Amino acid sequence: MLRLVNVSKSFGEVKSLQNVNFEVWPGEVVGLLGDNGAGKSTLVKIITGYHQPDAGGEIYFHGRRVENLSVPAARKLGVETVYQEKALADKQSLWRNIFMGRELAGKFGFLDVRRMRRETEELMTSKMGFTSKAVTTDTPVRTLSGGERQGVAITRALYFQAQLIILDEPTMALSLSETRKVLEFVISIPKAGKSAIFIDHNIFHVYPVVDRIVVLDRGRIAGEFTKAEVTLDELIDRLYHVAKTGVLR
Amino acid sequence: MDTQLDTRRKSGERSALSRFLRGYTLQIGIVFVALLIWTFFAIGSPETFFSYNIYRAFMSTTPFFAIVALPMTLVVVTGEIDLSFTSIMSFGVLVFATVMTFTGNLWLAMVACLVAGFLAGLLNGYLIVAFGVPSLVVTIGTQFFWRGTVQVLTGGNGASLLATRDTFFYNLLVGRLFGLIPMQMVWTVVIAVLTWVFLNRHRFGAHVYLIGDNMESARLMGVNVAQRKMLVFAWVGIAAALAGLIASLEVTYYWPTLGEGYLLNTLSSVFLGGTSVFGGSGTVFGTFVASFIIGAINAGIVAVGLSGFWTQLIYGLIIVLSVILQTVIGKRFA
Ligand SMILES: Nc1ncnc2c1ncn2[C@@H]1O[C@H](COP(=O)(O)OP(=O)(O)O)[C@@H](O)[C@H]1O
Ligand SMILES: [Mg+2]
Repeated sequence: MLRLVNVSKSFGEVKSLQNVNFEVWPGEVVGLLGDNGAGKSTLVKIITGYHQPDAGGEIYFHGRRVENLSVPAARKLGVETVYQEKALADKQSLWRNIFMGRELAGKFGFLDVRRMRRETEELMTSKMGFTSKAVTTDTPVRTLSGGERQGVAITRALYFQAQLIILDEPTMALSLSETRKVLEFVISIPKAGKSAIFIDHNIFHVYPVVDRIVVLDRGRIAGEFTKAEVTLDELIDRLYHVAKTGVLR
Repeated sequence: MDTQLDTRRKSGERSALSRFLRGYTLQIGIVFVALLIWTFFAIGSPETFFSYNIYRAFMSTTPFFAIVALPMTLVVVTGEIDLSFTSIMSFGVLVFATVMTFTGNLWLAMVACLVAGFLAGLLNGYLIVAFGVPSLVVTIGTQFFWRGTVQVLTGGNGASLLATRDTFFYNLLVGRLFGLIPMQMVWTVVIAVLTWVFLNRHRFGAHVYLIGDNMESARLMGVNVAQRKMLVFAWVGIAAALAGLIASLEVTYYWPTLGEGYLLNTLSSVFLGGTSVFGGSGTVFGTFVASFIIGAINAGIVAVGLSGFWTQLIYGLIIVLSVILQTVIGKRFA
């Protein structure tokens, strides 16, 4: 599905990623763990075309090399992202948020507003579970609760027939029950034959819902396990060890 | 959070009418302010405000700044500002006068004028996105730059545009439709409609709102922020050149100082019209109505018998009160 070969990324002096090799198979959920500043978001932003890797790095989608990946190009390839926070435009309506950056439009760029409203309406009842009459397609998203907002971001990722869904700390500002909904969503992704990369601070969230875990430390891949290889307790032990020494036992 | 949910539940029980009122609070508010001011003037000076002449006067002078205020709305919606358009107005018309003198071709001169405005606007946009300098600072700089360029090139001397008088070109831009409606008013309406369409019914406008609301997220979702911003500034540049041309043709003379004095009228039209200085929200309709409020106050104050010295005081009062009102309403109905 996706393969990164020898990808590095520097911001001036800061080497956020160094020689990272990383892959995601079809129908697989990969958990990405690592301390703050380990480079998780940077890695994700390279996959979504937001950052370009430094020279020497290669990106393959479905076995084919992709150069000069941009955000629109990545979205066309089926990569959709749910970011940790502030992923929505607060003052804008629900429908404008759902179709953010991928507005349905005719030849000359004129919007098909009616169709976007209709599709949003349908998603609201079928996916987001809004039943209240008070929330319409024109409701500004800032009036929604944190969970509802994350629901909008997730629905947005699903709407565009994503092949690879990336969740970068999606549970950050959520309540317990809202978090559970997000986790249920992650579990549903491989069942629909899609792949996912799931980043979360909380290892207790990550472990149960992923197939494989990749640990990043200070810009390098410190190691990876399939779930069959480690129990949760062992994993926690090893993560402490990585944090202290930078190497995985 | 709870109070937000409560408000929402309560509002859910309201009728469709109230939902309409809520969705268009600011627009309804600005129309209300306009009516209020009109009533005040009409009572103060019925003979003036019930005759057509005053409206013809509004329609002839308000476009000079309304034409820029409309696209300026988009700049402010993206969270930026442009203070340089006053000088671009003058620079554009200098280009017009020069090309007219050398070729005698008015249409060519107009195209050159608009291209000059476009490029000056594009330069603003480029400096802002390429170097990350705040637009406030960049456009103070370019305001001086273009005014200075004009002063150096003209030596402070104006130029007569009498040669344009009574040509088809002249009548098309500043003639009187049916002898009644100043053509610049017609163009203002055309520009307002176009601006509305692009802001509300085109991908371009969708991106303008997203950029002003959450630039980072717009970028993450694949919006070409740099290109959109440059185009918005370029658009103001073209509009400034056109407004300068219209204002100069109206008096058939080009003054190098052209544009000075339009800064506050234009910006207050945008803000009085309900566009948020924080970006992400604003309407073309609001700016359009607000331009005419600003235009009316000027003439109205003199007509009701107050001295011209009152103008600024009343401007100030109306603007401050309306903007406070909008902020309060905006919070209440968020
Ligand atoms: N746009 C940027 N400019 C400069 N430095 C950056 C940028 N993005 C990330 N970094 C740096 O790269 C490192 C990794 O950041 P990030 O990928 O956000 O980590 P994580 O998501 O794992 O917490 C940090 O040191 C961060 O400061
Ligand atoms: Mg991060």
